[in-house]
Amino acid sequence: MAEVLVYVDHVDGAVRKPTLELLTLARRIGEPVAVALGAGAENTAAALAEHGAVKVLTADAPEFAEYLVVPKVDALQAAYDAVSPAAVLVPSSAEGKEIAARLAVRIGSGIITDAVDLEAGDEGPVATQSAFAASFTTKSRVSKGTPVITVKPNSAAVEAAPAAGAVEALSVTFSALATGTKVTSRTPRESTGRPELTEAAIVVSGGRGVNGAENFGIIEALADSLGAAVGASRAAVDAGWYPHSNQVGQTGKSVSPQLYIANGISGAIQHRAGMQTSKTIVAVNKDAEAPIFDLVDYGVVGDLFQVVPQLTEEVNARKG
Amino acid sequence: MSLRIVVCVKYVPDATGDRHFADDLTVDRDDVDGLLSELDEYAVEQALQIADEADDAEITVLTVGPEDAKDALRKALSMGADKAVHVEDDDLHGTDVIGTSLVLAKAVEKTGYDLVICGMASTDGTMGVLPALLAERLGVPQVTLLSEVSVEDGVVKGRRDGDTASEQLEASLPAVVSVTDQSGEARYPSFKGIMAAKKKPVESLDLGDLDIDADEVGLEGSWTAVDSAAERPARTAGTIVKDEGEGGKQLAEFLAGQKFI
Repeated sequence: MAEVLVYVDHVDGAVRKPTLELLTLARRIGEPVAVALGAGAENTAAALAEHGAVKVLTADAPEFAEYLVVPKVDALQAAYDAVSPAAVLVPSSAEGKEIAARLAVRIGSGIITDAVDLEAGDEGPVATQSAFAASFTTKSRVSKGTPVITVKPNSAAVEAAPAAGAVEALSVTFSALATGTKVTSRTPRESTGRPELTEAAIVVSGGRGVNGAENFGIIEALADSLGAAVGASRAAVDAGWYPHSNQVGQTGKSVSPQLYIANGISGAIQHRAGMQTSKTIVAVNKDAEAPIFDLVDYGVVGDLFQVVPQLTEEVNARKG
Repeated sequence: MSLRIVVCVKYVPDATGDRHFADDLTVDRDDVDGLLSELDEYAVEQALQIADEADDAEITVLTVGPEDAKDALRKALSMGADKAVHVEDDDLHGTDVIGTSLVLAKAVEKTGYDLVICGMASTDGTMGVLPALLAERLGVPQVTLLSEVSVEDGVVKGRRDGDTASEQLEASLPAVVSVTDQSGEARYPSFKGIMAAKKKPVESLDLGDLDIDADEVGLEGSWTAVDSAAERPARTAGTIVKDEGEGGKQLAEFLAGQKFI
């Protein structure tokens, strides 16, 4: 059976959920061979094996942390040369997409980014994508070279599928460009204790209607009652009420959770672009004409300062 | 010596229009008004600020696209860029990102550059990989997704806010940079700028000028194939209730029914 390279996104050996989802998709196409780089790479093996990786190629070197993107491209290319895979799958993070794109040019292949589903096809893997603010769904394939495809979080279920997951050291020779862009300092993002926005099963967002940074507490309280991530519309971020890292929409994160709760968000096209593929959509807005209500499974026309705390209280009561 | 800045921009269908695909499954550019991609305005803005800080700088805006794409160049010129290069060729129709990066790389080399600045992504394709592809093809450092950028003594520095960390980056010129929408509000063209833009030079290049064969680009030469494009079915109308004091509880009831609580 053909092998499929899966690039592993991990933090010091802890495999992030989108990579486990990738393994589910990779098994539809062939046998997953994982590539894990940097500090803690070998510690990823157990989780990867449990989810179907037949092999785990690992490499660690200071270059991976000290220079931007290119050392990882060099390593992924070394894995590509060693394995000659049928396809290369990479998580659709900002960095993942850049790594995938550079690899594609190097190996003379086409690239598809931000797939939301993947299936085997007669002419190679077929990727489903959302286009034009998720108003269209396209099916595409790479028509030249070995398909390089990046996949968005929440595109597949994480499934246990135990495999050997044998760890093999990957030999990497860095290119002249590897040290081109130096990372002179790195400040880890402060943990909020909440799930990562793009990976969360539930996202609770606030917009212009929240009317001030000090009011985001009620959005956070609802999120915490549901174990959800917190999002914000561009209007709320531009006003300085919530960090840009939480922005949902065209110029922020694109999310596709099981449940999306929009509070005080009108639903402009730029916002819809980032959340329209959510499975269930709920909105609270005082304007009955707000376009967000065209998308919802359930909507409450009302004052979010009344409705949201009541909902939070009710959720907590039902949990208790 | 003059700092040569090339800003790559894209002419895109207006995101607030009714965007759709043409019969050959390329982006339909006829039925929706086009404009300079909003995210590229940030690239033009940062180029102008970097040029202001430099002793001597020249900004060239570069686009690949049909005749109408000149509108995007004019907008950038009216914001303050010095000159423009328009790569236009019928054989380019349907070119994908790998092909576009080839064309841009050749055009950037032909123009001459110390610094290439791009937006973080286009507002139509939204891939966000072109700057990395350009750096790969040009063989120069990639300093991408910057929320802050500065250039001094032949070194570009900037801040990249990633998913898990914020990083300070540094590279020697020549380099390819991309900037995010957090890099600073783009200026509006002044009346004077709009008038001046009409007199600024726009050079037209075709594939022959760039020594690119037609079969390396276009729909036929594309590295990817779109097999189908279907409009997402409208979501079935949901239940909308007016809050009469029990809205939060009703919502909780709905969520419980869906097994979210």
